[in-house]
Amino acid sequence: MSLSKEEELVAPPVRGGLSLGRFGAMREAGLIVIILALCVAMSFASPHFATWGNVRAMLMSFSIEGIVVVGMTVLLIVGGIDLAVGSVVCFAMVVGGSMFLMGLDPWTASLIAIAASALVGAGMGFFVTVVGLNHFITSLAAMVIVRGLCLVITKGTPLSLFTLPPEFKAIGQGEFQGVPYVIIIFVAIVVLFDFLLRRATAFRKVFYTGSNEKAAEYSGIRTRQVKFWVTVLCSTLAGLAGVIYMSRFGAATPTFGVGMELNIIAAAVIGGASLTGGAGTIFGAILGIALLSVVTSSLILLDVSVYWQDMIKGCILLAAVSIDHFLNRRKS
Amino acid sequence: MSGGNVLEIRKVSKHFGAVQALAEVDFTLERGEIHALCGENGAGKSTLMNIIAGILAPSSGEIRLEGLPVHIGSPAEAQRLGIGLVHQEIALCKDATVAENILMAATNARRAPLMNFAELNRTAQKVMNRLAPIPVTRRVGALSISNQQLVEIAKALTLDCRVLIFDEPTAALTEAETQALFGIIRGLKQRGISIIYISHRMAEIFALCDRVTVFRDGRYVSTDRVAEVTPDHVVRRMVGREITQLYPEKLTVAPGAPLLEVERLSDGAQFSDVSFTLRRGEILGLGGLIGAGRTEIALGVCGLAPTTQGSIRVDGKPVAIADYTDAIRAGIVYLSEDRKHSGVFLDLSIAANVSALDLRKLTRNGLVDRRLELTQAITLCTRLGVKMGAIGDPVSSLSGGNQQKVAIAKQLSVKPRVIIMDEPTRGIDVGAKSEIHKLLRELAADGVGIIVISSELPELIGVSDRVIVIRGGRIAGEVTGAMTEEAVIRLASGVGGNFADVA
Repeated sequence: MSLSKEEELVAPPVRGGLSLGRFGAMREAGLIVIILALCVAMSFASPHFATWGNVRAMLMSFSIEGIVVVGMTVLLIVGGIDLAVGSVVCFAMVVGGSMFLMGLDPWTASLIAIAASALVGAGMGFFVTVVGLNHFITSLAAMVIVRGLCLVITKGTPLSLFTLPPEFKAIGQGEFQGVPYVIIIFVAIVVLFDFLLRRATAFRKVFYTGSNEKAAEYSGIRTRQVKFWVTVLCSTLAGLAGVIYMSRFGAATPTFGVGMELNIIAAAVIGGASLTGGAGTIFGAILGIALLSVVTSSLILLDVSVYWQDMIKGCILLAAVSIDHFLNRRKS
Repeated sequence: MSGGNVLEIRKVSKHFGAVQALAEVDFTLERGEIHALCGENGAGKSTLMNIIAGILAPSSGEIRLEGLPVHIGSPAEAQRLGIGLVHQEIALCKDATVAENILMAATNARRAPLMNFAELNRTAQKVMNRLAPIPVTRRVGALSISNQQLVEIAKALTLDCRVLIFDEPTAALTEAETQALFGIIRGLKQRGISIIYISHRMAEIFALCDRVTVFRDGRYVSTDRVAEVTPDHVVRRMVGREITQLYPEKLTVAPGAPLLEVERLSDGAQFSDVSFTLRRGEILGLGGLIGAGRTEIALGVCGLAPTTQGSIRVDGKPVAIADYTDAIRAGIVYLSEDRKHSGVFLDLSIAANVSALDLRKLTRNGLVDRRLELTQAITLCTRLGVKMGAIGDPVSSLSGGNQQKVAIAKQLSVKPRVIIMDEPTRGIDVGAKSEIHKLLRELAADGVGIIVISSELPELIGVSDRVIVIRGGRIAGEVTGAMTEEAVIRLASGVGGNFADVA
């Protein structure tokens, strides 16, 4: 076809999340280089680093959070933010756990838990799109409310779920041919959403809305619907993560996931998601959380006190965002 | 040799990486003159003004102020030297009051630990009243764009300036406000202040300025006394080629069947009882002062704003338009007046911008078909002559005129029956402007009905086959045949008789 020649001449329009294509790819490449360099350095520094056991532990550690990062990235692209994800993860655990203890089979209990999480998202979406509050305040309130709900449901004490049937525990603890199911689920979700975000029409509207809401409205896009459903998506994925945690730990603690939202947002931002909307990729965000995870693991292996870890992670976030800002300024 | 020169620019160049924005340009400003600087977008006007105002550093060359070489390292330094700049894009604190904005520099220089708001408001009101009686205790964000522009100008007036630069100050102003501004600028001139006036509008330059300098492609072209040249002459130098005819031919045959019939449309607030008919192949102008309700009517027709009454027929068949999606389905599209704010997605690719209006057409199994998307974007951008790097580049990489063409390409992607264009050429250069005018006529010739809203009277009259004038949300009348600016102004302002000498 005659188009193929033209196509060679032009950059593809949607790489790097529709925007700044080459830059997006460059950022992802940069993150990969940093992660690899860190891994190589660490494998010299600690004999335990480059073992399958440690790699597996690292992958496990960020796989479940990674599912939440996927939803957060989409929400950041639409110009929103969700501070309630940590609470919602916990909420799903607690709801699923108590349903199970009430005698429901764990699969149904999990579905109800995920649906309840989606409902939290729908509530936030309602306040954002119908009442007209912003995402930050709405989700801040939701964070506290949902955490409170978790305490109410559990009366403040962890639910012990050791009676969960083994086939359900397998989700969080089992493996297929040596690869934990958790990692398989995580990779599947990442691949699916990365593809959808780059290619699907529905997600294209997310970029339009996040890039310029007014222009999107003036293009006939129902931006409020878009924002509503993305908010629901983010909470639903957090709910899914909560159910997987439940299966993995065989318990539901009402204080689980406190502060998780900051880690999630940091990962997405390090991976290139813009807090003002319109830009971001799933792949980048996953690299962001991988980087944070490798750093945490390195600090532990190097015997750095836990007290230092948060500080160092904060500095990494600041550095990543500064570099991003600097590069963006140079471009314009 | 330069006794009367306040400011002299000698062989100033500026590179951005490999791009040469200015190549050894010269420019002199005499004391107490109003000196127009013209050129198409990308000619280097704004770059030079940013250099003079200390925002950019020149790559080479010399700036002399009162005969002495100066180094202007920052906007604050420019202010100390007595150089003020009224920005084209409004740069105000939207959450502060008008008074706080106007006197920001004075507040910054103040030594007292506490604010004296009574005095602040009094002083600011005095300055503001010279332009328009805008209450200075109002929040800037609550003002209309044109009033914000006036605040921006008032802010510059408070500075003790020798040189004052106006960068397209009238882009958002009404005719009356423009005249008030001209009065002020002339007053400043009488006080010995020298003014650089950047504008695309020949009428303003010839009404206001003493000399005119033309830049083209980053180079100096000419400087003339305004009294000694004609607008045609200046336009030719700006473009560097002959624009034989400023506006395309009008419709020669009678327009076709009624295409869009709007009947007794009201929104209960901004406009009421608006009825008109747009025929196939016709370009209908919508005139009126800023704030008369032209944009609101357009938004109402398109379902972008709610209406309370009235009906709309397309091809004689009534259509229900509840939101913009319905309008698009009925073949009616709207090009927004505010390109950056609501027209384009600056950080998204050109292709993605063109696709935004109708994604369904490009969708296969829920996914965007990239091949179709590229074909559509390339076809339309080629047709409109968009000057671009690659179709995947962000729209922010394009000049204003080309961004506007991308916004128009987006409208054309749905093969519209009716296009409503709100200020289609605001802030874009002469070349792109005449290309867009030509395009409008071509579209009309293909049977599309076009409604043009423009505050620039020559344009409104130049491109339209007839003009409906809106005043206070109602149709004040229609101008047809040999249209004159005066006839439009009379209807728009509701003033008869001697209005001509005001405009």
